[in-house]
Amino acid sequence: MATGAQPSSDIKQKIESANAEAVKRINAAEPVLVDIAPAREVIPGLGNRMILHSGPPVDWQNMCGAQRGGMIGAVLFENWAGSVDEASRLLENGTIQFEPTHHHQSVGPMAGTISPSMPVWVVENRTFGNRAFCRQVEGRQQFGDYSDSALEGLRQWRDIWAPSLRKGLLQMGGLELKPIIAKALTMGDELHNRPVAASSLFANALACPMIEAGVGRDDLLSTLNYITKHELLFLGLSMASGKASVDPAAGIEYSTVVVAMARNGTEFGIRVSGLGEEWFTASSPRVNGLYFPGYTEKDAGADMGDSAITETAGWGGLVLAGATGILGLVGGTPEEALAYSKEMRQITVTTSSNYRMPVFGFKGAPLGIDIRKVVQTGITPIIDTAIAHRNPGYSIIGAGLVRAPLECFKKALLRFGRKYGIAEPIKGSISPPFGKGR
Amino acid sequence: MSDKLKDLLQNGPVAINIGIFDFAETLKSQGAEVVHLNWNPPAGGDPELIELLDQLL
Repeated sequence: MATGAQPSSDIKQKIESANAEAVKRINAAEPVLVDIAPAREVIPGLGNRMILHSGPPVDWQNMCGAQRGGMIGAVLFENWAGSVDEASRLLENGTIQFEPTHHHQSVGPMAGTISPSMPVWVVENRTFGNRAFCRQVEGRQQFGDYSDSALEGLRQWRDIWAPSLRKGLLQMGGLELKPIIAKALTMGDELHNRPVAASSLFANALACPMIEAGVGRDDLLSTLNYITKHELLFLGLSMASGKASVDPAAGIEYSTVVVAMARNGTEFGIRVSGLGEEWFTASSPRVNGLYFPGYTEKDAGADMGDSAITETAGWGGLVLAGATGILGLVGGTPEEALAYSKEMRQITVTTSSNYRMPVFGFKGAPLGIDIRKVVQTGITPIIDTAIAHRNPGYSIIGAGLVRAPLECFKKALLRFGRKYGIAEPIKGSISPPFGKGR
Repeated sequence: MSDKLKDLLQNGPVAINIGIFDFAETLKSQGAEVVHLNWNPPAGGDPELIELLDQLL
């Protein structure tokens, strides 16, 4: 045993205690929508000329096509450049900074771009007082489409929809999201690619308060039209809720619970509670999915977006069995969805005490992905997600299922061993049948 | 001759297949009775990770 190594029984006990604390904190979360505000007013550390992006850190040279497109769209939206070429130059030469959303208490769908004037959902975890932020979910600019018509959706969000919703929200004094999430999970949602019920429940909750708050007729009709027809509206809220719920579980010494899974289209990264803010990365995998007419897998970029925060919180692919309606979009059969959700119980610490699955007799959703169990079993989290084009300039092209790469979890486990003084294994000391090459 | 041996000779074996699913399918296609056990070596058989997991899990 290496000098300073701890007895195995001691460290196992410490891990169990730390993981119990991590899932206790996630279970105790009380996400509440408290504001819908321009990013510059609420996101800590967001610079005047900064754009946040999804996934682990990445530079311009290594950024995938769709994320580049999203960045270009954000630059044009902010009027920092008058053309695509100029926007690309500003991003390439460092005039405009970009940093990961997760480094700013935030998450963003697909390319994940958040720029200063974009209104974001502000979700506060009332149990711990921390806040998390997520941008609007839409089907164009966040996939890399920087056309003027794509940017018009952002402008309407900034100028009409978000301010109208904000008035209604402030009129009602905030909106508790936990009841909506819990109810939606029993209504066929998984809160990642299928937040249909949650979106409707949200629209119901905000309609009257917007009227009571005196939102003008034209803005009111426009906003009601937006929120009652946008089936993915709640994804931005489930992502912010997931981030706000999981963040308090970060930074617990000895915990092997995953507190972030995020992809930038080039790399897939995870963060682990007991391993600080380090990212453990592998190449972003290809998504196995279905494509919209005119597109095939040859057009597809690799897995991208922060939306896997929903799986990190125990929703999304982890509860696919309860959301079979989504299979028409992402592919697969109900039997496979059931098998996925059963499988996810093998790699999690516990089940949710709040979010229950009718399909499993109202047992809780799998909660607290444990890197030890992932590496031991080889079972990696299943994520249902959208698909972006491999080149800039396109809207959504499909949706499907993807597995988190095992490599991220192996790297994290090895770092865990080093950080906590576990004896360095002696190469080749394992007896058959487990030795390599046997 | 024991009853078990008689049974084996008269009715043929029941195979237990551990691990690779295709092997079970191959036997089934030949008419054999097969029970498949879904199993993978821990940590994909990586000795360094197995030793680490022994101490952590």
